[in-house]
Amino acid sequence: MTETLARAVEVSRRYGDVTALHPTSLDIRAGELIGLLGPNGAGKSTLVNLLAGLRRPTSGSISLFGGSPGDPVHRRSLGTTPQETGLPPTLKVRECVDFVSAHYPSRADRDELLERFGLAELRDRQIGGLSGGQKRRIAVALAFAGRPRLVLLDEPTTGLDVEARRALWDAIRDFHAGGGTVLLTSHYLEEIEALAERVVVLGEGRVLADDSLASVRGMVGVRRVTLTAAGLPELPGVLGVETDGARTHLLTSDADRLVRELVLADVPFSGLEIRATTLEEAFLAITAQDAHPTAV
Amino acid sequence: MSLVVTHVKYQFLETIRIPIAVIGNMFFPAASMLFFVVPFAGDDPVAATYATGSMMTFAVMSTCLFTYGIGVSEDRAQPWDPYLRTLPAGPWPRFAGRLVTGMAFMGIALVPVVLIAAFLTKATVSPLGALLGLGALAIASLPFTLLGLLIGYALPSKAAIAVAQILFFPLAFGGGLLSAPGNAPSFIETIAPFLPTRGSVELVWAATGDFTPHVVSLVMLAVWTVVAGALAAWAYRRDEGRRFS
Repeated sequence: MTETLARAVEVSRRYGDVTALHPTSLDIRAGELIGLLGPNGAGKSTLVNLLAGLRRPTSGSISLFGGSPGDPVHRRSLGTTPQETGLPPTLKVRECVDFVSAHYPSRADRDELLERFGLAELRDRQIGGLSGGQKRRIAVALAFAGRPRLVLLDEPTTGLDVEARRALWDAIRDFHAGGGTVLLTSHYLEEIEALAERVVVLGEGRVLADDSLASVRGMVGVRRVTLTAAGLPELPGVLGVETDGARTHLLTSDADRLVRELVLADVPFSGLEIRATTLEEAFLAITAQDAHPTAV
Repeated sequence: MSLVVTHVKYQFLETIRIPIAVIGNMFFPAASMLFFVVPFAGDDPVAATYATGSMMTFAVMSTCLFTYGIGVSEDRAQPWDPYLRTLPAGPWPRFAGRLVTGMAFMGIALVPVVLIAAFLTKATVSPLGALLGLGALAIASLPFTLLGLLIGYALPSKAAIAVAQILFFPLAFGGGLLSAPGNAPSFIETIAPFLPTRGSVELVWAATGDFTPHVVSLVMLAVWTVVAGALAAWAYRRDEGRRFS
């Protein structure tokens, strides 16, 4: 049986009157690469902070390497990422890495780590003088400074250009290939698709889906078909309908089939547009599906 | 323990890389020595020794209020602080590192005062007196460290800067740091014993010269220390509870 590195059992978290996370359970098993996907405010960071011991759950329990994440001993094999805006500006890159790794019983070789994240040339530069993208890479590299078994990467590539993002993905894949476990949050579907094997979708503080990448991709691969038509018949595969003046928006996971059905139904329509939905729209579709199962 | 050393090392580095902050810290006490002590009391061994003790207390007070007050409050605003909380160490190495670093900068702020006293005034002190003086300064630093931590943990950084600046002048003047014992204007002589600066400087005076501290000053010093300590602990816990609960 695979070892469970972290486990959340019915954890919830409230901030004052706001419930950021409704009771949620999640097991992170050794060797998994889990994508935690959701729009802003879905509760991703809250869940990550609970797992890292930064916050205590309002209800439920969290265990990390068999104990409370609030106890430093249980964080010895955990790597997390700071926000790049907070890195100490006067420290040099190598000093910052040395400082962080000094906290861990087992330390990654600093120069090898900097090399892996494309930071070797910056090692003697003060962090304050670096670009946002360079700081972002340092922040992600720090998660690996203590030879972790589990890393929690909260939005690791936000603000990076395409090339830097791909380099970072490679580094994450290498870590995973070497047996490492990753929980990655993102609101980029592309990033989750490139990396994750298992995908957990959060929306409004609830787990909407926890499945393999392939099945979640099917769920969120929603298209928006927009047209002007006087009246529409019952169409198959429509997840949601919105009207906006004369325009009708149909959300569907199979736009090709929907258009064929439209033509076959011989309905007069004009101004047909098909475009990919934003993730937010896709989540709305998933939530709507949960709320009105008959609409499917 | 080695983690405390690590934190001291990097916090020290972080500060020393902004030289103006260090120079600013040394400037006030050194400048006050040059402008007020050297020309007015420099030739009188007793007065010069008292005045040097006052300036050292002044240096300790301002370093504490500024490094702890402003430093803690600015660090709290940075996301680096919560990140460090996810490393496998409790909050204590960082806290201890902060205290030790603060003491190191206090020491640095004292150097020019000592040098000016030794070379430009007739201030004298026996080796034992110097040692006792340092001990007195260590005790004197307690209430100000705690006041600094209180400011740092209780206030956002802009407010912390203002409050530290507003506090440090009345504490220095009101405590009689800028006048010889018994020579301050009468209203200052009246309020001085109730301020922590007075008890502190009296300890330093007693250690380095022939001075008998007043009971009221010492009792008030203890009261300030206890009250500031309780409030600092309250502010620390409140901050932890807000950010990490």
